[in-house]
Amino acid sequence: MNTHLKHALPAWTWFAGLTLVFVILYAPILSALVFSFSVDRFPSLDITRFSTKWYAQVFADARMLEALKNSLAIALSTALVATTLGFAAAYADFRFRFFGQRMVLALALLTPTVPIAVLSLAMLAFFSRIGLSGTVGSIIVAHVVVATPFAMAICRLRLEQLPREFETAAQNLGATPGQALRLIVLPHAAPAIGAAALIAFAVSLDEYAIAWFVGGLEQTVPVTVLNTLQGQVDPTIHVIGTLAFAATLSMVFAAQMLLLRSTKSHKNKEVSP
Amino acid sequence: MSVLSAKVRLRRRAWFALWAAPLPIWFALFFMGPMLLLIAMSFWSVQNYRLTPDFSLSAWSYVLSLDFLWSTFWRSYGLSLISAALVSLLAFPASYAMAFLITPARRLTFLGLALAPFFTSYLVRIYSLQVFLGEGGVLPQLFHSVGLSGASLLNSYTALFLGHATLTLPVVLVLQTLALGNVDRTEMSAAVNLGARPQHVLRHIILPAARPGLSLGVLFAFLLSYAEFVSATYLGGGVFQTLPILLTDLIRGGQQWPRAAVVSLLMMAALMLTSLVTVAWAYRQKGN
Repeated sequence: MNTHLKHALPAWTWFAGLTLVFVILYAPILSALVFSFSVDRFPSLDITRFSTKWYAQVFADARMLEALKNSLAIALSTALVATTLGFAAAYADFRFRFFGQRMVLALALLTPTVPIAVLSLAMLAFFSRIGLSGTVGSIIVAHVVVATPFAMAICRLRLEQLPREFETAAQNLGATPGQALRLIVLPHAAPAIGAAALIAFAVSLDEYAIAWFVGGLEQTVPVTVLNTLQGQVDPTIHVIGTLAFAATLSMVFAAQMLLLRSTKSHKNKEVSP
Repeated sequence: MSVLSAKVRLRRRAWFALWAAPLPIWFALFFMGPMLLLIAMSFWSVQNYRLTPDFSLSAWSYVLSLDFLWSTFWRSYGLSLISAALVSLLAFPASYAMAFLITPARRLTFLGLALAPFFTSYLVRIYSLQVFLGEGGVLPQLFHSVGLSGASLLNSYTALFLGHATLTLPVVLVLQTLALGNVDRTEMSAAVNLGARPQHVLRHIILPAARPGLSLGVLFAFLLSYAEFVSATYLGGGVFQTLPILLTDLIRGGQQWPRAAVVSLLMMAALMLTSLVTVAWAYRQKGN
């Protein structure tokens, strides 16, 4: 760090900005946690008493449990397929030179910039034309499209840290392409594959627009939350939120740890820009 | 020998296809397919309440001639642009602190903490904001206790902006911090050693060098806010009718799919144009 570097404003102003931003980011999450334990129906500063009654209510709600089952099934399948597709594409891009390579990359990476309402409309139209709308399967297929770009980017960045010669050297020494992949590439990419799966899972678990449009009567947890937003104040949202935050935050942090640890162990290796 | 090599070649090609093909096939079927259908659908017609494949411009001419569509279009565009600029300004001091005032090891932790909320229940965070800002909520209560009006803060641009910030801050913080972190430190030190004042270093070295990343931050904040409909509905309270709200209303209302397709394509066109202009500006060579 350049200690002699003077800044345009005193240090505390920059740190005040940092604090403010983190308050904005985490206050809604913390308030969901606090109010999920408050007995009061309406969340305010004067909390009468803490209790777990809203938690009991959520776990006794058959509709909510059904939605949770749907959400988990969809997120698990999405993570599996998206990670497979993402890794395959990342590996193909890393290992081979082929016609249309940039186009494939652009196609996958531009998907997240399509507004979710537009994508939802397109998906709904498409799935109702082929008679699949209103099924859990159609939500999975659509979520794979949304989650794969993240999975691919994570795997591709990790592969970039693997010196290209390693795989060819293994093959020159008599390994088949399959063996080189299994013994050299996969162990190197394993943390990224794990991280990609966690992120894909979190993305699917949190997605509400496509699930709302395409799912019909098959509700996921975020869709039940969306339906509640339209209605009355409902303290059980705080419970669902707290559980969702706990689940997704721990997955995202686990993914970050995986990536960070693996990057550290390769620090002295050359990383191309 | 030639039979063998043909076999080897075939096997190699199959091995290559095994990795290269799955993603393009999936995206061609389930991304390009729906998007192309959307384009086609904008030319279809609705006859006796049934969507019928056709080549008709009626949806286009109907939508494009609606005055309220254009006012919604520009309101949507303007609101997201303002939010993108404000979120970027809000994030800048924090990104600066992460890039220049803390150690690189800590920077990664902070970046991780900043990015994590992006992947966690956006709807619940909006719900939290809704009860925070609503009548009798935490913020109005606080304002009331210091003698200000305790009225609901919902259905205002402030509420909408907080919703946009909730959505876009993580992405903007990461892009800005990476951009600032990549600014050449030796150039900064050299300027200081030559007697440049800190304000000059910020304006003439840091900001120009970080321009691509900072512009991408504004662009992503814009893209996300522009596409967003939950904050606009539940925090803006429908005071701010935006294109995505119009779109969800059209679809939920049923039957008007060709019109909804036209609105979607207009949104896409606006996004693409804005992205192209921003990226071109961000990566323009210095000195032009």
